[in-house]
Amino acid sequence: MRSHPADYEFVSPGSIGAVLELLHCEPGEWLPVAGGTEVMVQYSAGRLAARRLVNLWDVKELCRITETDTTLTIGGGSTFTQLREHRSVQEHFPLLAQAASWTGSIANQNRATIAGNIVNASPAADSPPALFAYEAELELVSVSGARRIAYTDFHLGYKKTALAPGELLFAIHLPKRFAGWFRYGQKTGTRNAQAISKVCIAGVGRLAEGRVESLHIGMGAVAATPLRLRKTEESLVGAALTKSAIANARHVLLTEIAPIDDIRSSAEYRGHVAGNLLEALLCTFAASKDVA
Amino acid sequence: MSRKMFSMLVNGEAQTLEAYPMERLLDVLRDHLGLTGTKEGCGEGECGACSVLIDGELVNSCLVPIAQANGTEIVTIEGIANGRELHPAQQAFLECGGAQCGMCTPGMIVATVHLLKKYPRPDAEQIREGLNGNLCRCTGYMRIFEAVEKAAALELTR
Repeated sequence: MRSHPADYEFVSPGSIGAVLELLHCEPGEWLPVAGGTEVMVQYSAGRLAARRLVNLWDVKELCRITETDTTLTIGGGSTFTQLREHRSVQEHFPLLAQAASWTGSIANQNRATIAGNIVNASPAADSPPALFAYEAELELVSVSGARRIAYTDFHLGYKKTALAPGELLFAIHLPKRFAGWFRYGQKTGTRNAQAISKVCIAGVGRLAEGRVESLHIGMGAVAATPLRLRKTEESLVGAALTKSAIANARHVLLTEIAPIDDIRSSAEYRGHVAGNLLEALLCTFAASKDVA
Repeated sequence: MSRKMFSMLVNGEAQTLEAYPMERLLDVLRDHLGLTGTKEGCGEGECGACSVLIDGELVNSCLVPIAQANGTEIVTIEGIANGRELHPAQQAFLECGGAQCGMCTPGMIVATVHLLKKYPRPDAEQIREGLNGNLCRCTGYMRIFEAVEKAAALELTR
């Protein structure tokens, strides 16, 4: 059953301060909406539980991308189009630009925002693996001020996040320290365009004297939340990327993912593809000339 | 929730109308303004039949609540031609047989106009990506891709 617009309240306070005040006064009551590519789908299908919505699309403070010598700060309201076209994202965080280009269609990319992608907390979202790889920090704001947390501390369980009632994801901070690092990103979906991932991966790493010095890997659609593959990384740091090390990493990977059966894939297939993607990443890494 | 007044420029004409803030731009265009060239396919941002331009950006109008279109400039398929003179994209779709049943065509044309503004000489990959949010169940796409190439050529000689 389609929703009736008369049943919904939708207000546009117009500034970050006014939005936060509203969220503060009635915590948990208001659902923020930016580009609407998730919320409007639920709304049209009659599945949107929230009846009171607050507009973020016209909040200009959320749409800034700024940088210093050491950090790129992406406002939560930045669209995927902005991300993939931004020179500094392309230069310093190409896996994020790539993930943005894989998300939905051009029309969706023109509306969908990075904060929406993160806060919606789909385990299959395209940007989280890259954000894990680049060790993103999130800046959460409320009327009481701002706090910063590591992105690895944000997802607590299926669709459960560290965002408190009254808080908004204001910005994503990325350290500009991956120049010259090896990088690898891949997505397996039903078709190239506009498909939700069956499995997606992003990783960056550095070799020193033929051994893994650093490695950060994020993976999507293999657990209740997007995952940073800590155990798999740890099994490889200090090791040479031999066939047996890669086979062992594949084994460790299976102990830290928990894929499920759903309409897009089966747990068995996802487990296998996850292993293949990890192996492809590591083989490419082993063959890379990059030693920073 | 009560209705509110919203104003926007639609195909160059100032419009002020009363609507619920959560009414979809798609429904406002079709039901309030009688602009039925914009189609509804999936209603969930997958098929592109409802594509319009908001401030020059390609969007699915089924996913835009009217409150978010307040104060913007909207172009629908009805605003693509220059009077009785077809836009090169329209002319090319006609000449190449880029349309069959016609359901996806308005969205395809609007996406093509958006693509050509970004890439006046698009390569095959840019065409495929530019139209990848627009589904067609009749043509198999090849004639649509040919039409976009032709539209680019026509536009450059215009």
